[in-house]
Amino acid sequence: MRALRRPVGLVGVALLALVLFAAAFGPVLWGDRAAAVDTADLLAGPSAEHWIGTDNLGRDLFARVLVAARLSILLALAATAIGMVLGFLLGAAPMLLGRRLGRLITAAVNVLVAFPGLLLVLFFAVVFGVGARGAALAVGLAGAPAFARLCHTLIAGVSERDYVAAARIAGVGRVRMLWRHVLPNIAEPVIVYATMTAGAALLTFAGLSFLGLGVQAPDYDWGKLMQDGLNGIYVHPLAALGPGIAVVLAGLAFNLTGEAFAAGPRRTHVLPPAGPPSPATTPAATTVLSADDLRVTIPGPNGPIHAVRGVSLTVGDGEAVGVVGESGSGKSVTALAVAGLLEPPVRVEAGHLAVAGEDLLAPGASRRLGTALAVVFQDPMTSFNPAHRVGPQLAEVSRFHQGMGRRAAFARAVDRLRAVRIGDPARRARQYPFEFSGGMRQRAMIGMGLMGEPRLIVADEPTTALDVTVQRQVLDLLADVRRDTGAALLLISHDVSVVTDVCDRVLVMYAGRVVEELPAKDLRALARHPYTRALVAAVPDMETDLDRPLAVIPGLPVDPVEAPAGCAFAPRCPLADDHCRAVPPPLLDGVACHKAGEAQ
Amino acid sequence: MKTPTSGVKVGRWPRFALRRAARLLASLWVLVTASFLMIHLVPGDPVRAALGPTAPADLVLAHKEELGLLDPLWQQYATFLGHLLQGDLGVSIASRLPVGEVIAQQLPATAELALLAFLLAVAVAVPVGVVMAVLTRRGRGRRAELAFTGTNVVVSAIPDFLLGVGLVYLLAVQTHVFPVAGRAGPDSYVLPVLALAVGPAAVLSRIVRVEMLAVMEADYVRTARAKRLTPVRVHVVHALPNAVTATLTIGGLALSSLVAGTVLVENVFAWPGLGSSIVSSIVAKDYPLVQGTVLVYGVGVLLINTLVDVALALLDPRSAIGEA
Repeated sequence: MRALRRPVGLVGVALLALVLFAAAFGPVLWGDRAAAVDTADLLAGPSAEHWIGTDNLGRDLFARVLVAARLSILLALAATAIGMVLGFLLGAAPMLLGRRLGRLITAAVNVLVAFPGLLLVLFFAVVFGVGARGAALAVGLAGAPAFARLCHTLIAGVSERDYVAAARIAGVGRVRMLWRHVLPNIAEPVIVYATMTAGAALLTFAGLSFLGLGVQAPDYDWGKLMQDGLNGIYVHPLAALGPGIAVVLAGLAFNLTGEAFAAGPRRTHVLPPAGPPSPATTPAATTVLSADDLRVTIPGPNGPIHAVRGVSLTVGDGEAVGVVGESGSGKSVTALAVAGLLEPPVRVEAGHLAVAGEDLLAPGASRRLGTALAVVFQDPMTSFNPAHRVGPQLAEVSRFHQGMGRRAAFARAVDRLRAVRIGDPARRARQYPFEFSGGMRQRAMIGMGLMGEPRLIVADEPTTALDVTVQRQVLDLLADVRRDTGAALLLISHDVSVVTDVCDRVLVMYAGRVVEELPAKDLRALARHPYTRALVAAVPDMETDLDRPLAVIPGLPVDPVEAPAGCAFAPRCPLADDHCRAVPPPLLDGVACHKAGEAQ
Repeated sequence: MKTPTSGVKVGRWPRFALRRAARLLASLWVLVTASFLMIHLVPGDPVRAALGPTAPADLVLAHKEELGLLDPLWQQYATFLGHLLQGDLGVSIASRLPVGEVIAQQLPATAELALLAFLLAVAVAVPVGVVMAVLTRRGRGRRAELAFTGTNVVVSAIPDFLLGVGLVYLLAVQTHVFPVAGRAGPDSYVLPVLALAVGPAAVLSRIVRVEMLAVMEADYVRTARAKRLTPVRVHVVHALPNAVTATLTIGGLALSSLVAGTVLVENVFAWPGLGSSIVSSIVAKDYPLVQGTVLVYGVGVLLINTLVDVALALLDPRSAIGEA
């Protein structure tokens, strides 16, 4: 009943209860009043006695609106039931009748769904004739194709699941399978949809009766009352608007209830106010990237996630720095933060954060970074805009930042694609990203960074999504680019061997902190932090004894919502003692560990 | 290096055209057959029902002969198809005028109404949806979001004909700003177009917003931000085109239901279009006229769907291939 806790759900359910009450008891409570003819008071306006006036026989319209609730609701529900049953049977046809017949029915449903409901309603209204019963059948049948489509999709989704496959192998009959294994699993969306359909059916019915194709006198529903009232709208507007308001309220009741149940809980906590700011510091002059006490906080469903907890890093001109760590260590968030790509409500704080001489903490990220900073993302398949051709996506940088014309910028894009060794670049530049392979896209992404004169390339797991041979090509390309342009590199990777190959210096991150910082060449032999050693040990090399299990790091990374008081690695560390668990180790002399360098 | 895509490129469009044409033809066949069968599905004697219980028996018989209802079913079907190919939709029972003529007279009024309403809905919905998405992304602007979704749900719960009634009351009866009904000068278009457009505009703007919210989280939008483009450029050039696919799909549905919605709105405003005539001919059981009108509406809807699919394929080339 979580839907009731939301204001929308509460309003919807309350309205629905009111409408259903009127439908159940309206004719009993107000039936006499609605039928009482008063020839002395014909077509009267609103008064204390008749809230929205009287009709052409002097009958009280407010009572008539309340009494009409029963017929309106009953017809809508009947039509919905007809549509649901038929739609469900049609949707389940592939499962019940076998593949061939099912496909035929699905194709027919797809053709029928294309026609708007009202057109189908009119068609069936012709066939069944004018009147309440015909209209109910018409609205019901017209709703069946859309419902069949929904059921078909839902059933197709469920049939892929393991438990249905298991039931099939166990020889469960088709009908029983549908009833016992499929239906319970699609019931929730079906009921939500049905509730909304009932609201729509109510409105359609009102429309039909309004047109004179639905309920016929002397019976009346809301649509009929509106039709009667429209003729007198000049003198007596409430006679038409009153039943109209009833229709809208009833429709809202169904829709809001349905929507409240359809929408899952969606709660992300707003971040608590920021703590005391880090003391402002200034970057050293020779660095292309300098961050001091960088902290990133992300609002999450279970409270704020402290993804980065005080990271300081510098990258000198032309230097290649690697950041390694497990998933969730905060390395990618660090990369996004130094690239200035995190947006509120994510909070980025630091003593200073400067890239290529630009202060990223100052409001309004500088346009100059568009040429001075190149970013290469993890997944080349999704990082290009699928709606635009590749060439113009590269050219955009030059057009926007370097004031080039369309043609000159495109020529540069072709040239850059050639520089990242894409064959036939002139043709490739006119293709869409989906026509590129993954490795080509990643090279094109690097080419995009080369449209300007990058002083720093931030590469966030640039090879993770690629297969091994292509990984090598991309890494070689990055090395060539650095040699040709003198750009510095910040390489984020979970792959220790990639980082040692490419980088001069390595930062090891764990739970949002840098735990060790050392020259890349020393990583394998001279690491002092137990986590770094474990990471290195987990990489098999030519001398790894394949008869023994491969080394792993026991335990799981720390939950970023609950940062521990002491060393975050302590629960998984063979050397940890009570001191480790209580006091966070500071980063001293390149390592943050109370037991730095001790033998395991 | 081998290009894996060269095979796809050749024949992509012909294959798409072929597939789409086949679907259109199949749908057309269903439509034509259904409208043919409509008169046969009517329980009892349709001609007797149309002419009333007092009509002399030989008149009924003559009408039946004229409608070809005495021939075997397959022959009737063949004749129907043959006539249809020549553009002959039969003769109205009530007015004795050729159905094609009656429809040709009324179609422009309906088409104008639907098209204007659709354009208005899109022109309002896309900017509103985009702006609301930008304002409320990532849980920002809670109040704006609540106001938007609240208004949206309420507005889309009001059916178009009811809105028409309300508009007539407010802007024609109360204030005499616009004419109550009929089709005369440009100002007579305002209320019916507005009544038709508001609902689809509400639905569309909601879709645009939801799609934009999803697209703005996409990796390629982050790439665009990494290029340090202006926010307007990021949202309009990089995000919006990718939100258009779903918007166009829903927009096509909205346009087809808008075409059907003209039936109700035309009756509110006494608009001299197909919608007024289909209702009166259903009530009068003038089956040839109903048949012709249903066909025209159906063909209109099918053409819209096909156009939307072609537009989608042009905008998003993957969708043309993806189906292959």
